[in-house]
Amino acid sequence: MKTFAAKQARDVKRSPKLSRIFLLRIELPSDPKLLGVIRGALEPLADSLEFSPEHCRAITRAVDEAVSNIMRHSYKGRPDQPIEICCNRLQRRANGHTQQGVEIQLVDCGPAVDTTKIQARPLDEIRPGGLGLHIIRESMDTVQYRRTGRLNRLRLVKYVRSSEDIYGSSKEKEL
Amino acid sequence: MKISSRRVDTATILDVSGNIDMSNSPEVRKVLLREIRENGVVVVNLTRVGYIDSSGVASLVEGLKASRESGSRLVLFGLSDSAREVLKISRLLNLFEIYNNEMEAIKS
Repeated sequence: MKTFAAKQARDVKRSPKLSRIFLLRIELPSDPKLLGVIRGALEPLADSLEFSPEHCRAITRAVDEAVSNIMRHSYKGRPDQPIEICCNRLQRRANGHTQQGVEIQLVDCGPAVDTTKIQARPLDEIRPGGLGLHIIRESMDTVQYRRTGRLNRLRLVKYVRSSEDIYGSSKEKEL
Repeated sequence: MKISSRRVDTATILDVSGNIDMSNSPEVRKVLLREIRENGVVVVNLTRVGYIDSSGVASLVEGLKASRESGSRLVLFGLSDSAREVLKISRLLNLFEIYNNEMEAIKS
């Protein structure tokens, strides 16, 4: 007789979404009222990975701005569309040091993003709006966008030890 | 997020509590612009605001522009580390009149 646990294990194996263990995975609708929930999860997560308080705030800020952009631009303010956030540890070797980091993937089902039309606005202009992308870029080490099938995927990476410490000001930014 | 106003001498103090993000920044913008239009000098108390996103920053920038156009003033005090950082990243930190506490803000 198969136990309940065995059945559960079999179900877990069958479920494509549970075939990989994430450090944190959040699925939520595109309702701006839930942004606080995301921030409330991200900052303690970054803290648990031993990021400095300043970098914890930077990671939280980047994800908050990225999700806000999805809600505003990808879903045009519709509050009932799906957003997925997956976080994982990652590490890299650089100049004999191992750097711990976090990789955060944000996935949405909105229309493809025309990257040629996305620009952070010049900061010497004193006007509201257009700051979100600039804040994301400034807060993370890597910002990459890609379209796979019908999904938009934004990949954000930050290392515990800032990449500037080792690579000067070089950052990997595609968006 | 909650926002209320009170008068101290000739200034209007806006006490904001909670976090400012895209779910409530339109309300902040509306109250800020109304107070600037009707009462002149507006002092925003951010002591109880932990987080401000880019839409909140945009509301403050709109308030600043409106105050300059009307010849009044917009003053901020009690910024959290997070609020200060987002203004710094946006290169707006030096644009605003920022003080540590209410007394300094009112006396300025």
